[in-house]
Amino acid sequence: MIGTPGGSLLVLAIALPLGATLIAFVLGGQAAARIARASLWLWLALAVAIAAMLIARGEPLTYLLGGFTPPLGIALAADGLASAMLLASAIVLVATGLFGSVAYPAPSWEKGGRAAFAYWCLLPALAASLAVAFLARDLFSLFVALEMLTFTALALACLDGRPSQFKAELRYLLFALLGSVLYLLGCALLYGAYGTLDIGLLAGNTRADAPTRLAGALMTVGLLAKMAVFPLHLWLPPAHAGAPPAGSALLSGLVVKGAFVLLVRLWFWVLPGPPVAGAELLAALGAAAILVGSIVALRQEKLKALIAYSTVAQIGYLFLMFPLLMAGDPDAATRAWMGGMVQAVSHALAKAAMFLAAGLIVQSMGEDRVAGLGGAARAAPLAVLAIGIGGLSLMGVPPSGGFTAKWMLLRASVDTGQWWWSLVILAGGLLTGGYVYRLIAAALAPAAPGVAPRPVPRVQEGAVLVLVLALLSMLLGLLPLSMLGLAQIGQPVIAP
Amino acid sequence: MTGWMLDLPLALGLFGAGAATLAARSLFGAVLGFISTGLIATLVWVRLEAPDVALTEAVIGAAATSVIILYVASRIGGGAAAPAPPHIALRILAAILSALLAVLLALALLALPEQAPSLAGPVLERIAPTGLGNPVTAVLMAHRAIDTLLESAVLVFAVFAIWSMAPDRRWGRAPGPAFVAEPHGPLAFLARVLPPIGIVIGIYIAWVGADAPGGKFQGGAVLAAMWVLPWIAGLIAPPSISDMRLRLAIAAGPLVFLMVGLAGFVWAEGFLAYPPGFAKLLILLIETAMTLSVAVAMACMIAGPPERRPQP
Repeated sequence: MIGTPGGSLLVLAIALPLGATLIAFVLGGQAAARIARASLWLWLALAVAIAAMLIARGEPLTYLLGGFTPPLGIALAADGLASAMLLASAIVLVATGLFGSVAYPAPSWEKGGRAAFAYWCLLPALAASLAVAFLARDLFSLFVALEMLTFTALALACLDGRPSQFKAELRYLLFALLGSVLYLLGCALLYGAYGTLDIGLLAGNTRADAPTRLAGALMTVGLLAKMAVFPLHLWLPPAHAGAPPAGSALLSGLVVKGAFVLLVRLWFWVLPGPPVAGAELLAALGAAAILVGSIVALRQEKLKALIAYSTVAQIGYLFLMFPLLMAGDPDAATRAWMGGMVQAVSHALAKAAMFLAAGLIVQSMGEDRVAGLGGAARAAPLAVLAIGIGGLSLMGVPPSGGFTAKWMLLRASVDTGQWWWSLVILAGGLLTGGYVYRLIAAALAPAAPGVAPRPVPRVQEGAVLVLVLALLSMLLGLLPLSMLGLAQIGQPVIAP
Repeated sequence: MTGWMLDLPLALGLFGAGAATLAARSLFGAVLGFISTGLIATLVWVRLEAPDVALTEAVIGAAATSVIILYVASRIGGGAAAPAPPHIALRILAAILSALLAVLLALALLALPEQAPSLAGPVLERIAPTGLGNPVTAVLMAHRAIDTLLESAVLVFAVFAIWSMAPDRRWGRAPGPAFVAEPHGPLAFLARVLPPIGIVIGIYIAWVGADAPGGKFQGGAVLAAMWVLPWIAGLIAPPSISDMRLRLAIAAGPLVFLMVGLAGFVWAEGFLAYPPGFAKLLILLIETAMTLSVAVAMACMIAGPPERRPQP
């Protein structure tokens, strides 16, 4: 048997956007935009089908590529983690695709067609890269996914073609390539030690010896650099804030999550035993990211830079689950796992909504300083509302997805006696409240004399889209727990 | 017993070339150091009896990468406007971190099992159905076909990423700058003499990959070089990026690969599986398309974003 029922869906989740990218690239013009849009909708349908199959079966879907069993061949698998991230990515990509139809209407070979052509090639390319990152079960295939993500992210960030942005992206590229090299070094060491890179075969079979530990350390540092975890975060704010709105939304919402999934696979499947001290170090970095990122966000003068620093802080929360999962309390471990998953998904939706909304606001106000946002609530009410709702989710106000995530992490930290992490979660929530309040207060202030908002084409359409994204991140908190159970399928069991 | 007499100079040479690259004061000096590092690394791979890796290192690591770096170096003025080196404290920190990493890696390598676990045996046992003679190609085209498919797609991603960096006013033109032809210069002479030989060599390297060291990436890179030479000599001009044939040539490799892979759902066991008896034929089909795509994509990567007006 080459795979479980539904295994072919995993192949299609990679092949469909990949094929669409290639065909869009060859055909160009309007056809490129049409093919890309259609492929994203189909991709969303595939993500829904995979989630439905997974819930119905209650165990991961797998597929052996070419019919070869690992270690010789490569397996694809969808567990709860992969399926939840796939679903969130598909929703964000479809929404961003629709949003971009206004900004990038007509790919062509004439003067104005450059950004649109790149945009419609990049969207399905990003979908294919994420699908590989979430579904592949081989450490080297995951390396290829990282490369695909780096290229697409780089080009998305430079979509505006402004030379000033190239500098920020060059710095991103340096961090990303360094991360790739370290990850690849780790792969080589693991292959030398075990003769396989298949995650399923490595799981439970690795030894706590020098090569394995060094490989784990190198790969972790590499992935942290790609995720912009404090203190390796310096590249992220300029790179994400300087990109066009659709680019920022995808970079902040999705691209960093690709490396996160790899890190989770590495720590809870590949590395031997629970490396508790290392997990505590990761969580400490996460805590520092939450506090430093939020405080720096509070002081930002520009709207998009503020939202970018908020990404640095929100990524920090993802690391709090590491020591909580290893405390040896199964209930707390499940809560920590769910907390991490819900945080990853709700941040993807909320942050994409906020960056797209920020784009609309900056466009209509003609200005991106927070101090100059007076009158924005009148000029772009739905966009301001979307920023507010997304902000509530980031703060962790009930009943948002952010609340569910932070509440579960908080419970897990109290249950395992690691109360200091709860202080960080609470302080992070307060600081987030501070910077979201700054944005909303500035937007609600009356317009400065002489400032007239500019009409934005089809603004209503874009605003409704970002509002839907923000509301989805809110609704995540209202889902019954049985639906969230999707994320638990295939959850790693960590022996204390 | 003469092994160490070969190995010691090679190891020292590798160190020396690396150090020379780092210590070089000019951009061109550093590029030369980089090229020598790649060449010595090629010899090291030969010495380690890894001819496939050696060939790749020579063609991609030493040759193709060097061409790109040299070209960039010459375009930004040969280092005349080289940026100031980073602060001394930062350089010392980088040196300490690199040295620490090297020591840790050495310790970890010594701690690896004496008899390295390897998949070479199982690969050789199962090579028959693919009809191939080179186990490396069997791994790349059958067992780990998805990686090869995705890597060939990465080349396409890279090309449209590079094109998308063009200034808006130059969009739709041909990649790269225009070179002035000197019909009787030495470069033009070389550009007339070398390609006929180089093209045969490139195709041979790609073709022989089925049974011996070689393959589409290495062969494609040689073919790309055989296009770049007459281009720099001003003898030929690239087509405009709006020419669909150019884009089809770039995407043909992964497209054919993907279609053969999907056809596996119908005619074989599943995705990326080959129907019994047709494996070698299909692999050759994919490799042909991939050689073309690798060659054109690499040429486009060297040329860079669109800038010159298409030829009338």
